[in-house]
Amino acid sequence: MSPRHLVSKLLRAAFTLWLVVTFVFVVLRLTGDPAQQLLPDDIDAQTIAYYRALWGLDRPLWVQYVSYIQGLLQGDFGISFRNNEPAFDLVMQRVPKTLELMLTAFAVSLLIGIPCGIYAALHRDTAFDRTLMTAAVFGYSLPNFFLGILLILVFSLTLRWLPSSGSDTVWHLIMPVVAYGTAFAGQIARFARSAMLDVTGAAYMRTAQAKGASPARRVYLHALPNAAIPIVTIVGLKLGEIIGGAVITENVFAWPGVGRLLTTAVATRDLAVVQCIVILIAITMVIANVIVDIAYGWLDPRIRVGAASASR
Amino acid sequence: MTPLLQAEGVRKTFDLSGGWFGRQRRVFAVRGVDLELRPGETLALVGESGCGKSTLGQLMLALTALDAGEVCFKGEALPPPDSEAWRRLRRELQLVFQDTAGALDPRHAVGRQIREPLDIHGIGTGAERDARVMELLDAVGLRPDQAARFPHELSGGQLQRVVIARALTLEPAALVLDEPVAALDVSIRAQIVNLLVDLQRRFRLAYLFISHDLSLVRHIADRVAVMYLGRIVEEGPADAVFAAPAHPYTRALLASVPVADPDARGEVATIQGDLPSPLAPPEGCGFHPRCPFADARCRTELPEPRPQAPAHRVACHHAERLP
Repeated sequence: MSPRHLVSKLLRAAFTLWLVVTFVFVVLRLTGDPAQQLLPDDIDAQTIAYYRALWGLDRPLWVQYVSYIQGLLQGDFGISFRNNEPAFDLVMQRVPKTLELMLTAFAVSLLIGIPCGIYAALHRDTAFDRTLMTAAVFGYSLPNFFLGILLILVFSLTLRWLPSSGSDTVWHLIMPVVAYGTAFAGQIARFARSAMLDVTGAAYMRTAQAKGASPARRVYLHALPNAAIPIVTIVGLKLGEIIGGAVITENVFAWPGVGRLLTTAVATRDLAVVQCIVILIAITMVIANVIVDIAYGWLDPRIRVGAASASR
Repeated sequence: MTPLLQAEGVRKTFDLSGGWFGRQRRVFAVRGVDLELRPGETLALVGESGCGKSTLGQLMLALTALDAGEVCFKGEALPPPDSEAWRRLRRELQLVFQDTAGALDPRHAVGRQIREPLDIHGIGTGAERDARVMELLDAVGLRPDQAARFPHELSGGQLQRVVIARALTLEPAALVLDEPVAALDVSIRAQIVNLLVDLQRRFRLAYLFISHDLSLVRHIADRVAVMYLGRIVEEGPADAVFAAPAHPYTRALLASVPVADPDARGEVATIQGDLPSPLAPPEGCGFHPRCPFADARCRTELPEPRPQAPAHRVACHHAERLP
């Protein structure tokens, strides 16, 4: 990627971030007063007024906005109303837990989904292919909260094999990973299959055969690299969700990650925390997009050369 | 002369999947073909699209497994695809596609693609392989620096030169050329055809030249085989077939070629009707539904190829009686 290309990408990313921050700032403040949400119902008006003044909520909205943005630019994400700690620290404490869940789910989904998709494509229209693709559609269509509850019913309540909530051991990880990963693996398998089918029918695959290339060489050297682009696209999109994608799963299994923090923070109008998480999610999306762009250039000489000639 | 490639009673059907609920259907692509390709000759395989000529080409190269019959290379039956013997055979039999751009992997520089057969078969040292690539580029009229180019950076004509160079890497004895110039601009076509003729002389190549372009075939072929619905209906020396076509289908094909002569302007003869579906080929002679001379016998009895003149065979019950 050329420097000019990179700069324009970063500028666009910054603009996106600004839009997201502003939107969240306005919407959260229009939908409820944090002082009312956070403090007990029977509290007197004087105390509410005290906290409103303490948190700066008595100031006009635009003043709050300007001071928030000023803080952001200095790396200050504000203070959690609830814990009275810096919002950034609160969120960062949760990030490793979310990454533990999501990276495992990603690895498992890709390791299952991609080989299944490729195998199904290479054995197109066989019983294996059809069974697998039916399973993939089923897995993809199953809502993860439903699957999560189902797993808890079967493996925790009935069989008593696995813990239903928490994150202390590896055993705790299994059901959340399955609940999140099933849909993803199904989606990946379908994408991998259709991407492979597109290239296995290509004339250059026949050329490779005519050269005497073994089936393995044809698949690894000619088919897979060409099929990789659509697979990278969908994986990249999912990579953007790595922080914010597990909100439901984390809540079903009481997994102490960012997603669970987000739901409590929204419910209590813990503004600084919500905003910090939203910014983090947006940054993750932007980074995922940059990674996908770089991967495209590496995978496809047409894109690589196009970018190079554009920079000249 | 011993034939290089000899097909006997070759048949191939494809099963089309009907999906979950549809019925499976069967395409009769090649329905019993005898054909031979001799060293150094150009045998043109002509016919309408869908008549099975491309499939036959792939069967002759053992790129597709056949259902019945046999193809022999220098007297030995072709091994099944992806066997060890089959891999060695790649050094003798190669192909060139119509889909020039598609025949090259978009992710590899063209030099690497020309070199790949040498890598696969472990021929020569790295330096020798690179030297061979340069030699081949020169033979097909490309510059050495073009080896580093990617397929999307080359024109259609240049790509076809790369594809031809690639096919020649292993010094094969025979090439199957499947509509090698059909997708090219008319201005480029002549260059590629001349290149092919030139390379054939230089490397003593046998060509199985699949085409529907009869004027081109007349220009380059030594022998012609006319294919209709999966069968060879007429086969003979190019001069004889063009001068005295004996099968009604060949006649119709030749009559439908527009003549580039303003004085000879007139009605262009066309064949009535469409090519019958290879899913349900007609009984008897495949051509009878469209043939003006067909009678009851043609509808029930399959005509066997019969010698019409020396080396000129025709599969028609009425070949001798045609007006």
